[in-house]
Amino acid sequence: MTGTSLRTYLLTRIALVLPMVFILLTLVFLLMRVAPGNPIQASLGGHVPAAYVHQIEHRMGFDKPLLTQYGQYLWDILRGNFGSTITDNRPLSQIIKQNGAATLELTFFAMLVALVVGIIVGLLAGRHRDTPLDVSGRLFGIVMYATPPFFLGLIAQLVFGVWLGWLPISDQASPLTQALLKTHTNILFLDAIIDGNWTALWDVTKHLILPATTLGLITAGVFIRLIRVNVIRTLRDDYIEAARARGIVERRVVFHHAFKNALVPVITVVGLNLAILLGGAVLTETTFNWPGIGHELYVYLQNRDYTAVQGIIVVFALVVVAVSVLVDFINAYVDPRIRY
Amino acid sequence: MAADAQSAPRMPYGRARLIALGRATKPIREASGIARALFWAGVVITLFFVVLAVFAPLISPYHFNQYRSNGIRFPQLAHPSAAHWMGTTVQSSDVMARVIYGAQTELKVVVIALAMSLGVGVPLGLISGYFGGILDRLLVLVMDAIFAFPYLLIAIVIAFVLSTSSIGGGVFTAAIAITAAYVPLYFRVVRNHVISVREEPYVDAARALGARPRTVIRKYVFFNVVQNVPPIATLNAADAILLLASLGFLGYGIQPSQGAEWGYDVSRAVSDAASGIWWTGLFPGFAIVLLVAGLTLLGEGLNETLNPVLRLRRFGQFEFAEREPREEALLDE
Amino acid sequence: MSGGSILQVRHLRVYYGTPGRPVRAVDDVSLEIGEREVVGLVGESGCGKSTLGRGILGLLPRGARADGEVNFDGRNLVGMPPQALRRLRGPELGLIFQEPMTRLNPLLRISDHFRETLEQHEPRLTDAEIKKRSLETLGRMGIPPTRFRQYPHEFSGGMRQRIMIALALVLRPKLLVADEPTTSLDVIVEGQILALLADLKQNFGTALLLITHNLGIVAEACDRMAVMYAGRIVEEGPVRDVFREPAHPYTRELLRSTISLETKELHSIPGAPPNLIDPPPGCRFHPRCPDAMRVCPELEPVEQRLDERRRVLCWLHGPAQRVPAGGESPLEREAIGIADEA
Repeated sequence: MTGTSLRTYLLTRIALVLPMVFILLTLVFLLMRVAPGNPIQASLGGHVPAAYVHQIEHRMGFDKPLLTQYGQYLWDILRGNFGSTITDNRPLSQIIKQNGAATLELTFFAMLVALVVGIIVGLLAGRHRDTPLDVSGRLFGIVMYATPPFFLGLIAQLVFGVWLGWLPISDQASPLTQALLKTHTNILFLDAIIDGNWTALWDVTKHLILPATTLGLITAGVFIRLIRVNVIRTLRDDYIEAARARGIVERRVVFHHAFKNALVPVITVVGLNLAILLGGAVLTETTFNWPGIGHELYVYLQNRDYTAVQGIIVVFALVVVAVSVLVDFINAYVDPRIRY
Repeated sequence: MAADAQSAPRMPYGRARLIALGRATKPIREASGIARALFWAGVVITLFFVVLAVFAPLISPYHFNQYRSNGIRFPQLAHPSAAHWMGTTVQSSDVMARVIYGAQTELKVVVIALAMSLGVGVPLGLISGYFGGILDRLLVLVMDAIFAFPYLLIAIVIAFVLSTSSIGGGVFTAAIAITAAYVPLYFRVVRNHVISVREEPYVDAARALGARPRTVIRKYVFFNVVQNVPPIATLNAADAILLLASLGFLGYGIQPSQGAEWGYDVSRAVSDAASGIWWTGLFPGFAIVLLVAGLTLLGEGLNETLNPVLRLRRFGQFEFAEREPREEALLDE
Repeated sequence: MSGGSILQVRHLRVYYGTPGRPVRAVDDVSLEIGEREVVGLVGESGCGKSTLGRGILGLLPRGARADGEVNFDGRNLVGMPPQALRRLRGPELGLIFQEPMTRLNPLLRISDHFRETLEQHEPRLTDAEIKKRSLETLGRMGIPPTRFRQYPHEFSGGMRQRIMIALALVLRPKLLVADEPTTSLDVIVEGQILALLADLKQNFGTALLLITHNLGIVAEACDRMAVMYAGRIVEEGPVRDVFREPAHPYTRELLRSTISLETKELHSIPGAPPNLIDPPPGCRFHPRCPDAMRVCPELEPVEQRLDERRRVLCWLHGPAQRVPAGGESPLEREAIGIADEA
């Protein structure tokens, strides 16, 4: 039963998601073109000669009719061509490869922190509802949620970087490490392992700690609330009472039935929170000068670089959609009721 | 003479309202101690900031952009002192003044944005949910697509597009950016609720009696649905403030000349941090945390007391009284 | 009673705490269940019968407390330490619930449910033995071995209830409490489940306490029955006798309300079930009783044994000496207002 229906589910899910992708791409395109004013002019500044502006416009295809541009845009994306930036003529694909890896590294470890902290605190708070443990857990979660990544980052930098001097407060690795490491995956953590360079690994890890923990703790705030509510709901479920009626030990009822079932939606939660994580990544990378896509987005925003912003947003959109499909797939694998 | 003895006397209007209010707040009063404490903490914090926002000119010692008084310029980056409780910025502005006026900015923009989100999202959700059809399908597709996307990115894109166009940046741009991010949320919530209510027997009955769609929506569906909105709106306000601060941090919030904004202040403070200057960032940042936490507590408190699944009623303590014997009469004689 | 008595409930009280005064769901109930007996417990919704069933197993929610005796196997279950009580649930006492749809963990296979139960109480069993016993019990309930590894959502409501019964019986408990086991099932499935339950004493040697609001079920499956009202047992006796000659007016009204092929017009008991926080004074049924006397609201009735196997809680059956002068004349009262109707 499992094999075929899972595959069918995956295919159906992908088919269903295509309209959403289409709409997102269209919306991004419309937004960029529809606003009044001249985008090229804006990104190049006011003092550029008109001829040069026209040249760029022609290169970018802005002088063609809207529908043609739209078609070209979609066709390009289909082939994986996301264009090049206006300001420094850098192909988007390069940005994705280099900076995307850095963002991946950051978000991976941040999610790890978020899951560990979020699950533990959430489970404990839900199980021991209304005790001081629960209240402190909830408050912790709420404060974490209420703290913007840039503020927590600022405090972390002040405390651990400036006052205590334990950890570096910016960049992915020291310049020395970056020079020494050979580029394999562009994910410095992995590259250091592949190289067997333990000093480099330690340096990379030190640089990772503050940003990943900052982003992770803040995301944990959301997880704690969701998991806690889920545990409370699950403990009220009928099969919990039925298990107790069969004389199953309370510890097993709580762990094996309640917690396990309460955590099933966590996968969805992780997927849904990817959106929050990406938003937080943009802010965290800017605060810590972490060379990820979020940071690039910030820089290109400052420079009013239309194609860069458009390209990055499109990439984000595709990633969000891909993750949502993946999440649904994992869900179907774990919960047998979901498969079509 | 009409049978006036049959009808019960009408209760005075004021008294009826009081009773209804009592009934509505019953869940809050019956909730367990912790839930209530958290809820009221949220209320107090939120009110505190509302007062700050409304009475900013009266409470604040200086204007948010003021960099001198009596002709003498304020010190730059001064430590917190008696003259400047929270210190000064690199532009000689008083940090506390900026925090207080910041409250005004945050609440102003967020209230406008939420009003717009509700104004667009709720009617769309009502219509889409009630009438269904192609319009509904299309709207759902579009809204779901936007909804899946990170709020911050949506807002950034809109703010970016608007500010580089001839409209420019400012309060209005920020508000529109935030609105765009939240319209799908309200649309979704309202639409889902309308769909579940639409099938209720009493709506059916109204339709069977020949009520027009507009009446049905207005009288039955709307009020039922609207009850769900306050907790969502409160939690949403919390999120919106974070969003505005994030926009401000990235430089896409309001213009510095229009008002003080906490996120913007923190972004200016990042460069101060390397020199160990903490007051320029700590106070505005802390204000963000406090206000958002307060709103969240308020919203969660509302949710928890109004949501029967999560509600935890207090039980009373009691003792078993002595049992009165009811033995058979055989023991008598 | 065929064998000896295995469960004696004596003066059990179960109250639920509220912000105000407690709800007296079970208010001084005494009942005995014999080996391999099928006892029916009938009453309206909210009369406390479910609480009684759960109270026997000690499965009460937070805020509820019990007082009195539930003697099983020589020990009093009320006040027993939770761990000891837990060990009895499964191998000695079982409970099946009303809604089979939600009583199985949706993420676990049926085999997992059985393994968990057996491993919990008989840890020395091998995997093969576990499987054998599970399949055997399931087989007796009509579930084929090919479906052993399926998930709960793949079964219908009736089948899930059979699985629940099998789960409860796999450890061969002495007593099974069934709380409205067929209420949410359709009539045909109901008949099948009832047949299974009625045969428990033969096939498994298990006594059954069948809690229900449906008198038809009681007539079909039970040996003895107890009628419950407002937290008290108002009548008890062999099913045949009670049906033929109900002693308590409430029982009589219940029987008259039952619809059968001979029903010509609908009969209902006026009024609504009483408030369990503040029950009516004297006999709790008096506001709705067509035969109420003047003594009924004044004094609580005394339990009377009608014969060796029947008892009733009603002033109509005496004891005459306890009734004050004039107490036996009919009670006058206003017609029950429309507002009181449920």
